[in-house]
Amino acid sequence: MSSALPFLAGFCCLTAAFIIIFVRLIRGPTLADRILALDTMGVLCVAIIAAFAAYTGFFLYTDIAIALALVGFLSTVAFARYLLSRSSK
Amino acid sequence: MIVLAGLFVLVGSIFCLLATIGILRFPDLYTRLHAATKVGPLGAGLVLLGAGIASGDLLIFVRCLVGLLFLILVSPVSAHLLARAALKSGAVPSSIASINDYDDSP
Repeated sequence: MSSALPFLAGFCCLTAAFIIIFVRLIRGPTLADRILALDTMGVLCVAIIAAFAAYTGFFLYTDIAIALALVGFLSTVAFARYLLSRSSK
Repeated sequence: MIVLAGLFVLVGSIFCLLATIGILRFPDLYTRLHAATKVGPLGAGLVLLGAGIASGDLLIFVRCLVGLLFLILVSPVSAHLLARAALKSGAVPSSIASINDYDDSP
């Protein structure tokens, strides 16, 4: 049972990180700060899903984590393009 | 093996926590980007590697390794795109920053 203790501590750290990044998402003064916070939330979701897979032993979840990493990158690129096109108008 | 996996997951989670504290406390978008780029390859990458080690299966481990490589490849690209878009849209760097290599560009 003590072998599960590092995973639980990791879950605690990741949950605290999620709460902190949510504060930045609400408070962020500019649009770029909010895009940065959303991107970081996506990456944190990847980390949480991977930690869940390691904790429970359902290793199919790692595939979901990798797919989420791919899609999250695309969303960040789309947001950056939107920011660029909005500024050049 | 499970001890090594737990160590990887724990170190990756601690990196995620420290990087988000940096995102909360840094004064500027560009310094915040410097902290946010650590979440991808170091934080989530180490947790993915820990999951791959915990599985004990070579196929799953290789899959997690490919995911880590993708994160290393993609994280600087997205950070560069976001910083460039922010600079073009007029986000000024903090007054602490003393060097701006981008001004007076043709």
